[in-house]
Amino acid sequence: MLEVTNLSKSFGGIQAVRECSLEIKQGAITGLIGPNGAGKTTLFNLITGHYKPDAGNIIFQGQEIGGLLPYQVFEKKIYRTFQITREFAQMSVLENLMLMPEDQAGERIWNTWFKSSKIKQQEKQIKEMALEVLRFVELIDLKDEYAGSLSGGQKKLLELARSMMADPILVLLDEPGAGVNPTLMKKLIANIQTLCADKGITFLLIEHDMNLVMNLCDPVIVMSEGRKLAEGTAETIKQDERVLEAYLGGQYR
Amino acid sequence: MELGGILAYLVSLAIMAGIYAVFCLGLNIQWGYTGLFNIGIAGFFCIGAYTSAMITTPMPTGIYAQYVHQIFGFNLPFVFGLFGAALVCGVVALLIGIPTLRLGEDYLAIATLGIAETIRLIFNNEHWLANGPRGLMGLPQPLQNLVDPRHYNYIYLAVIVIILVVIYLLIERAIRSPWGRVLRAIREDEVSAAMSGKNIFSFKMQSLVFGAMVMGIGGALYAHYTKAISPSVFTPLYGTFIIWIMLMAGGSGNNKGAILGAFVIWGLWIGTKFMTDLLPYTLKARAPYIRFLLIGILLEIILIYRPQGLLGEEKKVSKLIE
Repeated sequence: MLEVTNLSKSFGGIQAVRECSLEIKQGAITGLIGPNGAGKTTLFNLITGHYKPDAGNIIFQGQEIGGLLPYQVFEKKIYRTFQITREFAQMSVLENLMLMPEDQAGERIWNTWFKSSKIKQQEKQIKEMALEVLRFVELIDLKDEYAGSLSGGQKKLLELARSMMADPILVLLDEPGAGVNPTLMKKLIANIQTLCADKGITFLLIEHDMNLVMNLCDPVIVMSEGRKLAEGTAETIKQDERVLEAYLGGQYR
Repeated sequence: MELGGILAYLVSLAIMAGIYAVFCLGLNIQWGYTGLFNIGIAGFFCIGAYTSAMITTPMPTGIYAQYVHQIFGFNLPFVFGLFGAALVCGVVALLIGIPTLRLGEDYLAIATLGIAETIRLIFNNEHWLANGPRGLMGLPQPLQNLVDPRHYNYIYLAVIVIILVVIYLLIERAIRSPWGRVLRAIREDEVSAAMSGKNIFSFKMQSLVFGAMVMGIGGALYAHYTKAISPSVFTPLYGTFIIWIMLMAGGSGNNKGAILGAFVIWGLWIGTKFMTDLLPYTLKARAPYIRFLLIGILLEIILIYRPQGLLGEEKKVSKLIE
């Protein structure tokens, strides 16, 4: 589904991603792990158009997407979340979600003056969809609160909810579990599994919480020093000598 | 002062406040909703005023042509002046936006400030364009034959109120919709808005151009009120910063607040003039600077004790959701 070949990106003297090649299979929840500075987030930024690659290709469903602008990547139905959540703080939770659907009639300024009934109708549909998503992630009671006033964990759920509104094929999650308490974490895992099974959304997630990775992800890809080090099921990764050396350390030996 | 005099004075005060309210509405689109740090309002003020002036006056002929130079003179009615001012400001904003909207907000501020001063200096130094520092005079006023010139200000106030209401309704309609929601999202977090599939550059450009067009109309309204314009009017203080103070005071991100702020601050600005008249003779020469100081202190007080302004931003963006 998503194929990355010989991708490279450097910032000054630091080569963040070096000739990295990997493949994401459709319908899977792929985990991306690796030590700090391995190039995981840079890889996300390259895929989603935040950075332009220095070299290499990113093929999504047979099309080259390397070097596209962020909104063009979004049009291919790829959505990402951020390590530190980036909600629209001074907007309500509901409107954070209602922003997401692409190509809304009301986003054209002429239509706001001349086609208000069409917009009203569309707004109603989008609102219903947003309420349904909010029920799913159990944020419905907070729909009229400012997104900025949610707790850290709730913001993570909001990010997931926003990704659902985008009707994506592939979702990239950057540390969805960071700062989330165990109860909320269970909910998050369940939600991701449901979305993958019921809606066929493919996930690629960066995570340092090994518990989450081992429970949720198959396969797991390990990155180190800008390239792929190993790939396999959670079980095989745990026993891989190179991975233990580079990342997991003695506790899993 | 007799009662009639006081009333006439209040009307002239309301006219200027109304003109400033138009600028505040324009700035509110750019800064209040989109977060575009435009401190070059004076540039659009200047272009709007000159464009409308030249559209509504005839090309000088005969002996006048030796003393008054202007690049064009169409002698068309006031309404054409308004639309022309909006159109030209929109085009100029588009040209300014192409290089500058890719800059981060601080750099955008520096660029717009520089461009506004450049525009003013061009009008000052290029005599062929609009008569250089002497400016243009004798601009026509709408419906000026209807009443005695002494009472004309009442008519002009009505004209301004009508235009202000129309602009307010147009902006409110556009902002309280998914379009305005995208603008607010860009203001809140540009990167996240881009990742949500919004074409940031395009929306910022629409906001800059729309705001600039409104400012152009403000410039035109000013020109036909004073009937005479020259480059010395469009300074950063009167053309840009006082408008910023008005928007901050009234409530950035709230269109009613933008209008309210214009009236309150203009009232205070004029009020401080009366206050400084009471100063002892020795301090009177310094009065203008004391007024700047008072307004500056007022802005500090607002920013510390009521950063959201008199009327804060409304929570719900789109009014089309029930």
